Amino acid sequence: MSDAATPYCPGCTHGIAHRLVGEAIDELGILEKVIGIVSAGCSVRSWRLYRFDMVLTAHGRSPAVATGIKRALPDSFVFAYQGDGDSAAIGLAELMHAALRCEEITVFTINNAVYGATGGQAAPTTLIGQKTTSYPSGRDPSYAGYPINMAEVIASVSKNSYVARVALNSVGNILKAKNAVIRAFKTQEKRLGFSFVEMLSACPVGWQMTPLDSLKWIEEKMIQQYPLGEFKVPKGLEP
Amino acid sequence: MGEIDLLSGNEALGESAIRAGCLFFYGYPITPQGELFEYMARRLPEVGGTFLQSESEIAAISMVYGTAAAGKRVMTASSGPGISLMQEGISHLAAAQLPCLIVNVMRAGPGLGRVRPSQADYLQATRGGGHGDYRAIVLAPASAQEMADLAFEAFKLADKYRNPVMILCDGMLGQMMEPVALADPIDPNQLPPKPWAVTGAKGRERNLALAAPYTDEELIALNLELKSKYESIEVQEARWESHSLDDAELVVVAFGTSARISEDAVLKARKEGLKVGLIRPITLWPFPKQAFNTPQEKIRAYLVVEMNAGQMLEDVLLAKRGDIPAYHFGLGGGWVPSTEDVYRKLVEVYKRKGGL
Repeated sequence: MSDAATPYCPGCTHGIAHRLVGEAIDELGILEKVIGIVSAGCSVRSWRLYRFDMVLTAHGRSPAVATGIKRALPDSFVFAYQGDGDSAAIGLAELMHAALRCEEITVFTINNAVYGATGGQAAPTTLIGQKTTSYPSGRDPSYAGYPINMAEVIASVSKNSYVARVALNSVGNILKAKNAVIRAFKTQEKRLGFSFVEMLSACPVGWQMTPLDSLKWIEEKMIQQYPLGEFKVPKGLEP
Repeated sequence: MGEIDLLSGNEALGESAIRAGCLFFYGYPITPQGELFEYMARRLPEVGGTFLQSESEIAAISMVYGTAAAGKRVMTASSGPGISLMQEGISHLAAAQLPCLIVNVMRAGPGLGRVRPSQADYLQATRGGGHGDYRAIVLAPASAQEMADLAFEAFKLADKYRNPVMILCDGMLGQMMEPVALADPIDPNQLPPKPWAVTGAKGRERNLALAAPYTDEELIALNLELKSKYESIEVQEARWESHSLDDAELVVVAFGTSARISEDAVLKARKEGLKVGLIRPITLWPFPKQAFNTPQEKIRAYLVVEMNAGQMLEDVLLAKRGDIPAYHFGLGGGWVPSTEDVYRKLVEVYKRKGGL
């Protein structure tokens, strides 16, 4: 990590996710081989937080950009860090096809159930009944459809892959999240296929809650819709 | 150089790109760029290159973005509707100053249109095409040989200026078979290094390929940098070909396929004793304004021939001396003029302006 301050609102857990990625890279000793990709959304400025090569690209396109980098530099470690608008809405095609091709890249996606950067609008991951600035009376599935469970979707289409969902709301869950980040990079290191880690993350400002209530909301509401765990482990990745 | 092959324009372009050290092609099927796409699909694996069919043109140009950021020569090809989808990526490539080649084998629009030859993407190509204040260098070949030559040249220009380059052609140039002399292949490993590329920060400070800077001030600074780069391209890289301008009273201006057709009409008119000449822009951006700086005392009119409703006409109106009229002959939608059509129009304008 660099000494730049995180650009996030109080109580946001993006910063924890960044730290886990940075720690995993240090522990695996791969800093000189890593290329990270960020795109539009809250994390678009997170390239400042690291000391390795980084790319900033268009909203939703980072799995395709990652494909272009990895195909050109097969010995590098390439990861994309996406929000849920980036991965589950505008960039769903790029993510899905990178997963289908089992590209040897890693995608981290933050699921905080809203668009944070633009002011708390609904995301594909917004829970049923959840109030957002674009659906002020709450998500009504008969009108606005149902939430998407990204990890399950990716696990069902990506033949060779590591797929996990973690949460950043408690010490225990954060430790498990760290393990998932390391296992994702190991999947890439051993050339076992695509790796995807969905991270349930707090957005107190977007949710109009206190930071503490937000962590509780992840535990009580989000995990109910988005269960935690490993959904797919490639052959050759030790338990 | 040396061997001469009978090649279609699409094959000439593809083979030349590979010889220029481009070992990466990403694309999505669309007519009429199919032959180029399939040539690369066949040929790249033979030379250890990468061909990948993407899920969309948006993904294709994003893959180009990644490989360009990694410092490799890379290209994509498409046509009208696909090129429109790529505009997002082209704007980001221009912002991050990443070099690449984009080939637009134009088809007739607007909308889905149909696949007949057209030159109706001129304004889209030469004005940047996507959002924000940027330009892509645009090259317009008029023969299979030039499809090859300009593909080779495109990568040099892209790398020199760290800027996307577009080749603007059409299905007629793509499918036309002509003798072509290809350049000797370049070993991609012998190309000049790209110290800015993101390759992993080993033994150096880290590199960044950013389509957005961090602060408002940095964005202004980037725009100033781009502006000055574009100005230097305008001064240094404008290319054109001209015929018989010395005594010309009527000058035809045309590019690509319509220039090829107009050239025959101009030669025919010369044989008939008409004092006509031709300016053929090879770079469409930068537009070769310099071609219009020649002594113009004798010129009574310009006739812009293009397969669209009047797009390059705007650049001719800006480049020519103010009091000389410029007329337009053309139509979009897949209309292709015959030599006879251009000849008749040329005689009509020539007589109207008091020639003969």
